[in-house]
Amino acid sequence: MKKFFGRGRDISLAPNYILLILLVAFALGPIVILGFNSLKEAADIGRNPLGPPTTFHWENFPKAWEVGNFSTTTRNSLILVLGTVSSVLLLGGMAAYALARLKLPGGSVLMLYLLVGSSLPVQLFLVPLFFLWRQLGLVNNLLGLIIIYVAVHSPFAIFLLRSYLVGIPPDFEDAARVDGANEWQVFTIIILPLSWPAFLTVGLVVALGVWNEFLLATVFLTQQNLFTVVTSYYNFTSRFSRDWSLTSAAAIMMIAPILIVFLSLQRRFIAGLTQGGLKG
Amino acid sequence: MANTIENAGTAPGAPVAPIRRGSPWNRRYRKYMIPWMFALPIVLINIIVVIGPSLSAFYYSLTDWSGIGPADFIGLENFRHLIFDDMDYRRAFLNNLGWLTFFLTVPFAFSLFAASVLARIQRGSMFFRTSLFVPYVLPAVITASIWRNLMSPTLGIGAQLAKWGVPGLDKAFLGQPHTALVSIAFVDNWHFWGFLMVLFLAAMQNIPPELYEAARIDGASRWQEFRYITVPGIRPTIVFMLLMVAIWSFLVFDYVWILTQGGPAGASEVMGTLVYKQAFMRFEAGYASAIGLSMSFFAGLVIALFLYLRRRGWEI
Repeated sequence: MKKFFGRGRDISLAPNYILLILLVAFALGPIVILGFNSLKEAADIGRNPLGPPTTFHWENFPKAWEVGNFSTTTRNSLILVLGTVSSVLLLGGMAAYALARLKLPGGSVLMLYLLVGSSLPVQLFLVPLFFLWRQLGLVNNLLGLIIIYVAVHSPFAIFLLRSYLVGIPPDFEDAARVDGANEWQVFTIIILPLSWPAFLTVGLVVALGVWNEFLLATVFLTQQNLFTVVTSYYNFTSRFSRDWSLTSAAAIMMIAPILIVFLSLQRRFIAGLTQGGLKG
Repeated sequence: MANTIENAGTAPGAPVAPIRRGSPWNRRYRKYMIPWMFALPIVLINIIVVIGPSLSAFYYSLTDWSGIGPADFIGLENFRHLIFDDMDYRRAFLNNLGWLTFFLTVPFAFSLFAASVLARIQRGSMFFRTSLFVPYVLPAVITASIWRNLMSPTLGIGAQLAKWGVPGLDKAFLGQPHTALVSIAFVDNWHFWGFLMVLFLAAMQNIPPELYEAARIDGASRWQEFRYITVPGIRPTIVFMLLMVAIWSFLVFDYVWILTQGGPAGASEVMGTLVYKQAFMRFEAGYASAIGLSMSFFAGLVIALFLYLRRRGWEI
């Protein structure tokens, strides 16, 4: 019955599939070519820039790791991601809890403030912020950049977490309060375990945003030993732009963790990103 | 809930408040202090990073300031220069308008089309949705370097086509003044349109299927279904994304900076790259603040226009 009345009745779907396969080729083809080129010799790319490799040069990867200084840049990026994600989840979660559960006096003003704050473009506050940060010794300082990332990402986190917390039945908290828990205990023992799906979604979106971020990382980290994978890759490609096999191998190493995490948690990722509305 | 908080004090093992429960101070402490202690850290960070510098940008935009030392107040001179003298700024502004035109049309046409094609199928729909979304999670530096090579006149797709006897596409698209900006927009769109597509697809799945069945009984064509059911059905999503994309179009920086740094000879300069150059390469921090402020002004103008049209009774 369902099939008979379904949407696809008596319209062939073959053209749809052909179109979609073409679109997928457009979306993934360039990434596949990148993968091909990461395994070629530099000279081979000149002869065969788009096709699959004829011989496999796996040594491109350790070489790109070495030349691109990946051990340092990966460490820097991980510090930024972990520092930002944990602070956003903790501080943003606390604020969301206050808004959703503690009837924060002035809560609606705070929501409006966050809405305005989150729609202010980075370019508006970038210049004064940079010179303020330099005075405070926070330029070329991973902690300094983490603070900025926390501020930039927290409104989205608070909105998403708040809307999730509002939906949790208050019974557990009330029971805990009756048992003598203070608000901090309620937050850490009751709320955090109950709302981990929302925290995970926010964490993923923030982690992706920080890992990929370019403008702030370029402005605030100018010393080579503090470069992130992204800013280092940018410098790497401007120095080794002709060695496309090495830059491709570096690119594959950068996006592999993103793609693995994205593909394994894609529903959560897509839900979070479409609610976050970051352009990037 | 207030009751249970009060009760908490009487439960055995409860944290003992320093002041007798029920006193006015204690009640105020519970009602105001505790919630704000939870919210305050993030609010303070936000004020220091976002709101404070945003407000001081207004002041610095009225000064001649190198970023170091005192800022000389010069009134509206920066804005006078911006509007009347600065040809770089004028070109950058026009490029932003071009960018706006591109992004309000191409990605929307692309993603509406793809979403309506995808909404009809069941089998494999998850695979297509995920695949088309993948470019959106890549960092801009990677997307840019992939396409810099694919658009290269010697190693790219154009060169390959020329080898196969299809000439004309082996051009240095990013290196020529009249194609640089649209090439950058193409690359950004490759990364971006899948995101729009997923949003539209999610909205389309909320349209009741009975509408399509009724249309089909009435003999509607696919185009008519799209025009009279799909588009009205997801109009709030479309309008909201048009608004967001219009705002973003005035703020673009990453792809332009990574691919051309505004070149060749300023042909792809946008306001975002000008701010960067003025502030961090020419050390005209006051002037850069003025440009940054003007970008925010245009973004705000988009919102104002949106609210105005809505008040005028447009159903958006």
